[in-house]
Amino acid sequence: MSPTDLLQILLFLALILALAPFLGAYMAKVFEGRVAFLAPAERAIYAACGTDASEEQSWGRYLGAVLLFNLTGFALLFTLLLTQHWLPWNPAGMTALDWDLAFNTAVSFVTNTNWQAYGGESTLSYFSQMAGLTVQNFVSAATGIAVAVAITRGIARRQARTLGNFTVDLTRGVLYILLPLSILVALALVWQGVPQNLAAYVDASTVEGAQQILAQGPAASQIAIKQLGTNGGGFFSVNSAHPYENPTPISNLIQMVAILAIPAGLALTYGHMVGDKRQGWAIFAAMGVLFLAGLAVTYWAEMQGNPLLASLPVDQAAGNMEGKETRFGVVNSVLWAVSTTAASNGSVNAMHDSFTPLGGLVLLLNIQLGEIIYGGVGAGLYGMLLFVVLAVFIAGLMVGRTPEYLGKKIEAREVKLAVLGMLSMPVGILGFGALAAVLPVALASVQDAGPHGLSEILYAYSSATGNNGSAFAGYGADTPYQNVMLGLAMILGRYAFIAAMLAIAGSLAAKKIAPPSAGSFPTHGPLFVGLLVGTILIVGGLTFFPVLALGPVAEHLAMLAGTRF
Amino acid sequence: MSNLIRPALVLTFVMTLLTGLAYPLAMTGLAQAVFPAQAAGSLIDREGTVIGSSLIAQGFSEPGYFHPRPSLAGEGYDAALSGASNLGVTSGALIEAVGARVAAAGIEGAVPVDLVTASGSGLDPHVSPAAARAQIPRVAQARGLPEQTVRALVQSRTEQRILGFIGEPRVNVLLLNLALDQTKP
Amino acid sequence: MTAKKEALLDATLIRNASLAALAKLDPRVLIRNPVMFVTGVVAGLSTLLLGADIAQGGMQGGTENTVLIALLTLWLWLTVLFANFAEAVAEGRGKARADSLRATQRETLAKRVRDTESRAYQEVSSRALAQGDLLLVEAGDIVPADGEVVVGIASVDESAITGESAPVIRESGGDRSAVTGGTRVVSDWIVVRVTQKPGESFLDRMIGLVEGAQRQKTPNEIALTILLVGMSLIFLIVVGSLEFFAHYSGALIPVVFLVALLVTLIPTTIGGLLSAIGIAGMDRLAKANVIAKSGRAVEAAGDVDVLLLDKTGTITFGNRMADGFIPVAGISERALAEMALLASLADETAEGRSIVELARRKYALNLAAGPDAKFVPFTAQTRMSGVDLPDGWRIGRRIRKGAADAVLADALGEEAKARTPRDLAAAVEHIARSGGTPLVVSVDRKPAGVIHLKDVIKPGIRERFAELRAMGIRTIMVTGDNPLTAAAIAAEAGVDDFLAEATPEKKLELIRQEQADGRLVAMCGDGSNDAPALAQADIGVAMNDGTPAAKEAGNLIDLDSDPTKLIEVVMVGKQMLISRGALTTFSIANDVAKYFAIIPALFVGIYPQLQALNVMGLGSPGSAILSAVIFNALIIVALIPLALRGVTYAPSGAAALLRRNLAVYGLGGLVVPFVGIKAIDLLINAVGLL
Repeated sequence: MSPTDLLQILLFLALILALAPFLGAYMAKVFEGRVAFLAPAERAIYAACGTDASEEQSWGRYLGAVLLFNLTGFALLFTLLLTQHWLPWNPAGMTALDWDLAFNTAVSFVTNTNWQAYGGESTLSYFSQMAGLTVQNFVSAATGIAVAVAITRGIARRQARTLGNFTVDLTRGVLYILLPLSILVALALVWQGVPQNLAAYVDASTVEGAQQILAQGPAASQIAIKQLGTNGGGFFSVNSAHPYENPTPISNLIQMVAILAIPAGLALTYGHMVGDKRQGWAIFAAMGVLFLAGLAVTYWAEMQGNPLLASLPVDQAAGNMEGKETRFGVVNSVLWAVSTTAASNGSVNAMHDSFTPLGGLVLLLNIQLGEIIYGGVGAGLYGMLLFVVLAVFIAGLMVGRTPEYLGKKIEAREVKLAVLGMLSMPVGILGFGALAAVLPVALASVQDAGPHGLSEILYAYSSATGNNGSAFAGYGADTPYQNVMLGLAMILGRYAFIAAMLAIAGSLAAKKIAPPSAGSFPTHGPLFVGLLVGTILIVGGLTFFPVLALGPVAEHLAMLAGTRF
Repeated sequence: MSNLIRPALVLTFVMTLLTGLAYPLAMTGLAQAVFPAQAAGSLIDREGTVIGSSLIAQGFSEPGYFHPRPSLAGEGYDAALSGASNLGVTSGALIEAVGARVAAAGIEGAVPVDLVTASGSGLDPHVSPAAARAQIPRVAQARGLPEQTVRALVQSRTEQRILGFIGEPRVNVLLLNLALDQTKP
Repeated sequence: MTAKKEALLDATLIRNASLAALAKLDPRVLIRNPVMFVTGVVAGLSTLLLGADIAQGGMQGGTENTVLIALLTLWLWLTVLFANFAEAVAEGRGKARADSLRATQRETLAKRVRDTESRAYQEVSSRALAQGDLLLVEAGDIVPADGEVVVGIASVDESAITGESAPVIRESGGDRSAVTGGTRVVSDWIVVRVTQKPGESFLDRMIGLVEGAQRQKTPNEIALTILLVGMSLIFLIVVGSLEFFAHYSGALIPVVFLVALLVTLIPTTIGGLLSAIGIAGMDRLAKANVIAKSGRAVEAAGDVDVLLLDKTGTITFGNRMADGFIPVAGISERALAEMALLASLADETAEGRSIVELARRKYALNLAAGPDAKFVPFTAQTRMSGVDLPDGWRIGRRIRKGAADAVLADALGEEAKARTPRDLAAAVEHIARSGGTPLVVSVDRKPAGVIHLKDVIKPGIRERFAELRAMGIRTIMVTGDNPLTAAAIAAEAGVDDFLAEATPEKKLELIRQEQADGRLVAMCGDGSNDAPALAQADIGVAMNDGTPAAKEAGNLIDLDSDPTKLIEVVMVGKQMLISRGALTTFSIANDVAKYFAIIPALFVGIYPQLQALNVMGLGSPGSAILSAVIFNALIIVALIPLALRGVTYAPSGAAALLRRNLAVYGLGGLVVPFVGIKAIDLLINAVGLL
């Protein structure tokens, strides 16, 4: 590893490490109601909603509020996309989306997946981007944070019946966290060159005399929240690889920090809210271990370049550059790819489809493990908590007590719910993926022959079920079949998980807290971190190892043997 | 249930106003006031016509110009239809395409990899310094300039890593070619 | 029933268990264990495939393939049988214990009387008795049923159930009023009121529990079963979808191979041993002579946070003992010892005997009072005892010992307080403060000194408490003593806290308090007034010699009536939970190696380069799959002893336990199958089985 590559990675890690504790503490304050600089706006919103901010909801009502709010958001976005040709701010004259693409896109943004079956600058009007996608970028992220906070309360509370008020949590998340940070990030991005205008596409005559239409739009404002909210749906088709969306190494660094800062901070918010910061750091550390391991493998794989090009007179010292941008090089592409797949952020600054097989394998596995390595805003934390419940249950017995986490007994009900939540990943990825691997209507979407084709199928369904949103973009996802099935996978992945975790939180909230003693299962410290990492790798890995063997692993070995497909 | 419906509807409406209209419009106003050039897309104006954006690659095929990286955006360098090959490393099509580009490049010795692989966006405005250097003989010959002059130009147009370690060293092909035109049209 | 060393397995047991294992193949029985049910279904499926293959003359790939399918089918069935065998062995061991208990439960003749006064009886069969019947039991009779003594006092031989040969006293009205069916009255007679319903004696319950007949899954077992079912479901999806992905990749995998993969992946090891662990836990308790009324109680025992222990009998010996002599100025220690000895010669209480013993031991005194000495016994009025010696004793004539105020009042009259020698008062004060009891000795109405009586802490108990503390369990000593005394004893015994001047109400209040803080409380008790607290505690161990009310309220009954048994119970509970967790971890960790055996074998036909994943270098795809399946079956058998015996458990903190068990069962679970599968594969290829 060259010193400059190492320094870039260290700088990024240092920024996250510096920001996470600060953000973590701040977010805890926000959700404990101790931040109030926008209190008048808050009060106005609650009044309009007819909500009593002090009235809390049981887990069932909280879930109901989440679902109804997201359903409303879906209906609005779906309608906008179908009628964008009648709506304002459409200088490029975009037509209405087909129903299946509109369905897929609406589901994708409401579920914080931000899968791009659409093609940004070539399908959406400015109005759709702003009033449709940007709004969902905010509120789907705020939904995730709200759910994570409600679940945290469930774990922290003692013999309680309620988890908080969704309207309040969502409003606070937007007003105090996402909106202020978005304004800062958007301005910084404009400074680096990201457009922010409502002008028509620019018609340029190039130096050699050709015509070049330069797509424009209110990009910076959308990109800021797309990263902060771990959404990832690009303003432009190629997302953050686009020079307008991510023009410089500085804009790249800002966006990467924006992607991981809130998820990493939330792990520590958790520690604050359960009243034991060490618990937050343990989760943070487990995430960090997995992150660094994935980063090391991917970096190594990408720096190897493509051995199949070895016979050509090509200098591959720069690594595998197909699908990567010059200004980012391998190191920033890899750092980005590992961060985004870890964090449920669908944005890309290089094409994952063209990564080496092992590099692609890490990205795929990051998603398949449930995006719990920092993870989507909120979603990563509660996804990780599911693994915590599981790890505590399996290994907790080994200290000679029935399993308990932070003094709460993990019993049949919690295990049942955890298992139900856990099932969504294999069903969505392996079940739906198996269909897509044999149905002729789905097979037409596959671009590459050989094992890489299977990787494309897997990546699509992993990304959808995991609500990541990035793609092996060679996979032709904009077909009615794929739009519908991937949309369903997103719904399954998002709400099966949320419902299960909220139910677990509701059940934990009602329990007593056994005070910790020398005999209680220690859930902080290196031993637990190791246990958690092991559980994630073994339980997650065991589920997907066979099919990964047929996809990326087979491709890697074929590549080494010089086979091309 | 009924008292969950009103908050859902009202919140959706309020958030659309706040984050979907107020926020982007305010940012547009602010951006155009503070960073007008960037907000408008970093366009390059030559004698009243926009000839492109300093951030967006455009096609160059004449031997007297430096060539950008291969593009798969639309028909090539289509700034309203960004795109990539998305081919896997074991793809026969990829190997063939690279082979063809190597042959077409007409460069002696090993070709820098960025010059024969498509970028992620298809609009990558940069090439690596090595890729620029590899093109110097061709450009110098076509323009009838001493290689020395062209090399100096490339040197001066090479952007280094920020603070010595952030990002990759690179050359903006459009800006280099414009400078070239200024040196000797 | 004594805790004699017994072999884990013997020939008869194995024979019976083998037969039972076959009987358990009944689907209605098998479904109680979902993981094994899936395995059974899968084995059935592969049997059908084998039949089809043979019917088609081994069309799928020649005889070699048929042999492989046959062997896989055989081992799949063996997997189920081994799991059944494990359960049957555990049940068998319980049954052996139950049989020996049942032997005490023979039908006997009962002498039923009409009322408590009447001695005329009617002979009825013990099986015909109803709750509330009054029975006369005389010397030599077997007590026909569990009951409560309502009239009389008798010594009872309880060796049949406790193994303790010395007879015990059972009498009406006190806390020693319960008698157990099957025990024998050796002297005197009693009238007993039957407290059990027919067929529901404590022995019946115990027999049912150790046999597993009445066994219901405990809460944690249910939760664990759900997890195992969930994992099985996930692996079902994994294996089911694999055929589609294989088809995409260009080939189909034989169903029997997929089936083999499924069985090796689902947690058969823990699935097969789970019920055996539970039954073995009950059995270990029974071996310690503790009857659990439910498996739930055993499990909860592992979770106990607070132990309430009675001081007397648990922490200290039942009686106070003389520990030293402190004379007043002018009297030698030896002289005081002499006086104390003489005053106590006729004192038959334990305290009196301990004074004599101490004096003899410490000062080598060997005195006899002689025939003319007149002993003055203790009375409630004088609160003193002593001796009036004949003339000729150098030390004096009238010796008294007793409570300080009584003796001093007797010796010094009305102004006793003022006239008490200062050093004596100080000694009395000091002894009381240290938790002891001062007995003042006077000679000829002059205070001579103090005997220090103290509670003697049982040897080793301090270490037990340290262990418990390391395990995170807090011990609270319950005593009727005043806070001063209690504090001193608590400090000496090393308990964490104490409840002084305890009343049943205060005890109940303390339990509620601890529970409100989220702690699980265990206690033991015997008296009727303990019943509310026993019922309130999460773990209530009733002494078998206690009152029926106490026995009804507790959820465990200690046949030996040994209060320290509580600690044993906690250990057994913990050990059972640890065994479960350890084998679950082991089972899941095993899957990694199985993947490396089976995945390359399945896919090498599609992508030959996947041979690189065959890190164990297994002989052939067929032998690789077969080895994994055989390992998967044999590991169940190999772990049966561990499941029955329980994982080795040394009391220590949770962190240390976790570290150790993760290293042994987590890392071990990763490594062992690599070695095992390779060895089996070498063997298969050496023998040329395939």
